[in-house]
Amino acid sequence: MPERIAAEARRDSLLLNLGPSHPAMHGIIRVMVELQGEKILNAELEIGYLHRGFEKTCEARTYFNLLPYTDRLNYVSPLINNLAYAMTVEKMLGITVPERAQAIRVLMSELSRVSDHLTALGAMAMETGAFTVFLYMMKAREYLWDVIEWTTGARMTTSYIRIGGVRADLESGYRERVALAVKETRQVLKDVHGLLDQNKIFLNRTRDVGVISREDAVSFGWTGPCLRSTGVYYDVRKARPYLIYDRLDFEVPLGSRGDNFDRYMVRMLEMEQSLRIIEQVTAALPPGPARAASGVEPAEAIALSRRQREGRPIRLSPTLEGSEVDLHPGLVAQGAGVAVPPKEETYTSMEGLIGHFLFFMKGRGLHPPPGEVYASVEGGNGEVGFYIVSDGTDRPYRLHLRAPCFHFTAALEQMVRGALVADIIPTFGSLNMIGGELDR
Amino acid sequence: MAENLMRVLTERFPSGLEVLSDAPGDEVVAVGAAVLRDVMTWLKGPPLDYAMLLDLTCIDERPLGRGFTMVYHLQSLSRNHRLRVKVGLAAESPAVSSLAGLWKNANWLEREVYDMFGVTFVGHPDLRRILMYEGFEGFPLRKDYPLRKRQPRLKERAPDA
Repeated sequence: MPERIAAEARRDSLLLNLGPSHPAMHGIIRVMVELQGEKILNAELEIGYLHRGFEKTCEARTYFNLLPYTDRLNYVSPLINNLAYAMTVEKMLGITVPERAQAIRVLMSELSRVSDHLTALGAMAMETGAFTVFLYMMKAREYLWDVIEWTTGARMTTSYIRIGGVRADLESGYRERVALAVKETRQVLKDVHGLLDQNKIFLNRTRDVGVISREDAVSFGWTGPCLRSTGVYYDVRKARPYLIYDRLDFEVPLGSRGDNFDRYMVRMLEMEQSLRIIEQVTAALPPGPARAASGVEPAEAIALSRRQREGRPIRLSPTLEGSEVDLHPGLVAQGAGVAVPPKEETYTSMEGLIGHFLFFMKGRGLHPPPGEVYASVEGGNGEVGFYIVSDGTDRPYRLHLRAPCFHFTAALEQMVRGALVADIIPTFGSLNMIGGELDR
Repeated sequence: MAENLMRVLTERFPSGLEVLSDAPGDEVVAVGAAVLRDVMTWLKGPPLDYAMLLDLTCIDERPLGRGFTMVYHLQSLSRNHRLRVKVGLAAESPAVSSLAGLWKNANWLEREVYDMFGVTFVGHPDLRRILMYEGFEGFPLRKDYPLRKRQPRLKERAPDA
C-alpha cells in the first residue's frame, strides 16, 4: 500500500495512480504520483506483483534442477541468466569449461544482449509514438531468436547453458542463420538510426528528460547501459573478463548526459558492438564434428545394445540432449558427476546407466564444497550476479540474485520528481525494467 | 594489492574487523555490527573509494548455530575491485544500522531484507515490506518458514481507505 505518498501529499495536489496493469507499464508495477497540474511533485513505486519466491524455491531444489527457474528471471535474455548461474556454480566447483563451449556461450550471450536491447528500445520507441521502430526491431529479433531456437530448441525457456558447459552443439546450418540475423539486424539498426536520431518528437521526449547524474547512478548501484549512459566506464566483460571476452575486439560505448536519449544511444551502439563480437566468434569457432543427422530412438538403442557386443557405437536420435558421445568432451567439462553423461552411454551400457543415476539420485549429484561464492556476468541490463552459499549438500543453502533492474527501478522515484506525467513513460521505458528479474 | 588492502583495513580498524579471506578478487572481511557504519563510511571515501554498493543480502544461519549474517558487496570503480563485508547479527530480533544514507540503493535493498528476513535497520527512512504485501505474516526466506506455507486471507478494505 502506498502509504508514504498519501501521508506526505499536500492538500491541493492530485494523486494519480498508474498501473499495476497499465498499457505503458512494461511489467506489473504500480506508480503513484502526486501532481500539481501536470508536474510531478512526488512519486512512489510499488513492486512485487510478480514475486514468485525465486530464491526460496531455489534453496529447495538441487543445483542441477533449479536451472530452469533462472530462465524466468530476465525473460528477454534467458541465456545470460543461465550463464550467470552456471558460472557461479562452476566457480564453486572449480570447473574449467571447454573452449568450444565457451565460444558458444559468448555467441549466445551476445545474441541475447542484442535481442534484449531491441526489445527495450522497441518498447520505448513505441511508447513515444514510433510504432514502426517497434515493428522493425521485433522483426530483427525474430531472426536472432531463430538462431537461438535452432540451437536451444526454445525461444525463451532455453535452459541451454548448463553447469560445466552447454547442452548441445550448434546445429549444422548455424553459420548461415547467424549471418542472416546479423545482416538483418544491421539493416534495422541503420533504419532506426535514421528514424529516431534526428526525430523532433523523439528528441523532445528523450533529450534532457529523465536525467540522472553520474554520482547518483553510481550511488544507486546502476550497471550496464544505463550506468554507461552517464559516462561511467564499467562493463563486467572488461572489468573482470570471463569466458573468451578478453580475446575479442569490442568497444564499450559511453554516453555523457545520462538522459533518456543517451540510454537509447548507448544501447544502439552496444548492439553494433555485440554484432561485431558475434561475427568474430562465428569466424573463429572451429566447425567441430557435425551433429548426427539421424539416429535411433532410446527403445531401439536399448534393444540394439542387448543384441550386439560392446564397442560398436549406437547413434541416438539427434533430438536427445547430449546424445553425441563424440561431441560431449567439447561441450561440457569432463569429470565424475559434473554434468549429465552422454545419453548413448546411459541407454546402452550398465556403467553409463549407473553414472546417470548417480548424477540424478537424491542426495547425489553436484556437491559444491562448503563456502560462499559471488560471480557475475554482463547481462542485457547490467551486472547479473549470483551469490550462493553452500553447506556441502546438493542444494544451495542460500541463493541470492543480484538483479540489475532492481537498482534502476529504485531510482525512478527520484528521476521523475519535478518532471511531467508524460515523462514517466519514456523514462521508465529507457530503464528497461523486467518484472521477472525485479520481483524474483 | 590484496594483502595491502587487508593491511590498510586492519590498521585503520584494529578492533571489530577480521579478515576472512584474502583470495584475490574474493576478499572478505567480517565487521562488528557496532562499527559497521563507520567502516562503510570509510570504505566509501578515498583512498579505497568503494563508491558502489553492488548488492546487499542476508543469510539465516540459525540452523547452523549462529544468528543472521548480513552480506554486503562493494565495488570500487576507480580501482576495479570488489569487496565482501559480512556482519553477524543476533538470532533474536536482529538489527543493524542502515546504510541508506551512504548508498541510495540501500533503501530498497534493506527493505527487501527486512521483508524477507525481518532484520530491522536502525535509521532507515521508510522501513516496510517491498515485495510482499502489508498483512503478510512471517518472513519467507527464514529457514523456519515452510516452503508451502499458506497465508491467511486478508480482510477486505474499505474502498476509500
